[in-house]
Amino acid sequence: MISIETHNLTVSYNRRPVLWNIDFELPTGKIIGIIGPNGSGKTTLLKAIMGLVPTSSGYVKIFDQDLNDVRSRVSYVPQRESVDWDFPASVMDIVLMGRYKKNNLFKRISKADRDIAAEALEKVNMLEFSKRQISQLSGGQQQRVFIARSLAQGADLYIMDEPFIGVDAATEEAILKLLSDMKKDGKTVVVVHHDLQTAKDFFDWIVLLNTRMVAAGPIEEIFNETLLQEAYGGKLNVLSQVGDLMKEKAFDVRES
Amino acid sequence: MILGASAAIVGCFSFLRKRALVGDAIAHSILPGVCLAFMVSGSKNPLYLIIGAFITGWLSLLLIDAITRTTKLKSDTAIGIILSVFFGVGILLLTSIQHSGNASQAGLDKFLFGKAASLTKDDVYIFGTIALILIAVVILFYKEFKLISFNPDYAKVIGLPVQFLEFMLATITVLAVAVGIQAVGVVLMAALLITPASGARFWTDKLSVMILIATAFGAISGFLGSYISYIAPSMPTGPWIVMCLSMLTIGSIWFAPRTGMLAKFRVQKENQRKILIENVLKLFYHLGEKDGTFKKQRSTSVLLASRDLRIKELNRGLHLLKKEHWLRKKGDNWLITQSGLNEAKRIIKLHRLWEMYLNQRLKLEPDHVHNDAEAIEHIITPELEKQLEKELNYPTKDPHESVIPYAE
Ligand SMILES: Nc1ncnc2c1ncn2[C@@H]1O[C@H](COP(=O)(O)OP(=O)(O)O)[C@@H](O)[C@H]1O
Ligand SMILES: [Mg+2]
Repeated sequence: MISIETHNLTVSYNRRPVLWNIDFELPTGKIIGIIGPNGSGKTTLLKAIMGLVPTSSGYVKIFDQDLNDVRSRVSYVPQRESVDWDFPASVMDIVLMGRYKKNNLFKRISKADRDIAAEALEKVNMLEFSKRQISQLSGGQQQRVFIARSLAQGADLYIMDEPFIGVDAATEEAILKLLSDMKKDGKTVVVVHHDLQTAKDFFDWIVLLNTRMVAAGPIEEIFNETLLQEAYGGKLNVLSQVGDLMKEKAFDVRES
Repeated sequence: MILGASAAIVGCFSFLRKRALVGDAIAHSILPGVCLAFMVSGSKNPLYLIIGAFITGWLSLLLIDAITRTTKLKSDTAIGIILSVFFGVGILLLTSIQHSGNASQAGLDKFLFGKAASLTKDDVYIFGTIALILIAVVILFYKEFKLISFNPDYAKVIGLPVQFLEFMLATITVLAVAVGIQAVGVVLMAALLITPASGARFWTDKLSVMILIATAFGAISGFLGSYISYIAPSMPTGPWIVMCLSMLTIGSIWFAPRTGMLAKFRVQKENQRKILIENVLKLFYHLGEKDGTFKKQRSTSVLLASRDLRIKELNRGLHLLKKEHWLRKKGDNWLITQSGLNEAKRIIKLHRLWEMYLNQRLKLEPDHVHNDAEAIEHIITPELEKQLEKELNYPTKDPHESVIPYAE
């Protein structure tokens, strides 16, 4: 079974491609790392998969279907810094957002929803903080709240953007334990990560990314000196110059 | 009152979405719409005027959005451009209406500064209805509005109709501005929208409560403003409404619990007090350590000689400690009590544990650790204390070979 397939995916901001022809198929039931240096387009790739940024060419399939047909089976954990944590809301409020559905706009939150949210909080060891204001959480706790919100959705595929960045050791451990539990339940987890040191211990499968795809496959095949060098050895000079030109000359990736 | 309240509710979301300036842009963009509506219909019926206002208000939002999406300009620049262009056109139309000699034009210019005091009964019905619609929409979409204000990307991913919701939010914002402008005028409208929300934010961390407080602020100010201009007819309503709002917000900044300035000031004072008495207590410990007995009485001059303290501060500290029963006064001399000694030991222990920690974990030289420990000793909690003890494996001596005192 394939969880995510990207086919020749190119994504640009203001015409400058930041991802070139990404083409991979990810398995199900695995913990998959998307690894690359800062600015290599990891966040952009996730956003393209979740339909948050337009693609210049290529397509994405999830469980062999369009995102719109499988939304309820996919859950997204955005980068922690992407929101303002000063927002007036409690931990429970945030986790309950995972229970909002597109077809029940006017429906109030039910007792069952609250139970599911509480269960999700328990899985990340945050149940005792459920009444706490989100502005009073540490970075690691914020991350766990975001993950709990995603768990409350009850999806099959989880996509997380840098959940390990800026968190304490206890949170890191809690998240890792959670990931392996999820895998046992047959879930697929895709995690963006930029640290090579730990990547080897965290993931079964990795995609090496640096504006283009360097390699994708099981960790023991991919984790070798040459490929890592290629991913972290800087950008391809010609590629980035062509990107600059496209922006300058207002060229599109596809002739139209 | 209604006008103030409904603007405040809607303003909460503008505030949280960090769109404070947008309200200003809409307010200014409404003027040409009002003038055009008047020119086309020839009447001052508020319903027509609001429709006109609504159209240009919306147009301004779309244009701001288009400018930020297709050009390199930042949103504040785009807002500035739209605001001044629309307002300029509005003024132009207004002037030409005034020169056309149309008999019923009198009073149209009150849009610039508001005319709350001269509302007719019909006006009140129309505005009241609109305000009710606004409140109903907010209640209906409360949880969705909350989500798109906090994390719009997530809302999109779970498949909420974010575009539709943003459209609704923008619509009620334009409506609230179109109605609120009747009260305070173009220039002060942004204040009516944003000030209540920013004041209310100080009092609570709950969105629902924040909206209620903001609404109350809006309503109270609306009432006070109208009342003032009612008892003193020469007083303008709009500016007084905004004045009252500002007072409420400034009051919030000062007096709100925890987040207010006064509360912060109090915490600071409390910290200073704690540091002072702990330092004086330590002084007794150090002297006792040197002499091998803690039972000796100390005079103020001895105390002053052994630590860099001003006499006024020392005296204050001594008296505070006496109140805690950690010191006793014997004639002109001072003596540390048993409970005072326990407390002193605790602080000394924290100081020396922290020195140890810096020395071992941060590899700082023993002569570099003292100053840090001077500050940190006052804030270490009992939980951290336990962790420190355990991590360092209950050391008996600090890096300077002084004994670390543990409680018996
Ligand atoms: N909204 C945007 N507009 C223009 N450029 C962007 C935007 N977001 C990201 N970029 C650029 O795209 C590249 C990839 O960014 P990103 O996907 O965030 O990388 P990563 O997550 O791997 O650190 C970077 O060079 C960044 O500057
Ligand atoms: Mg990123």
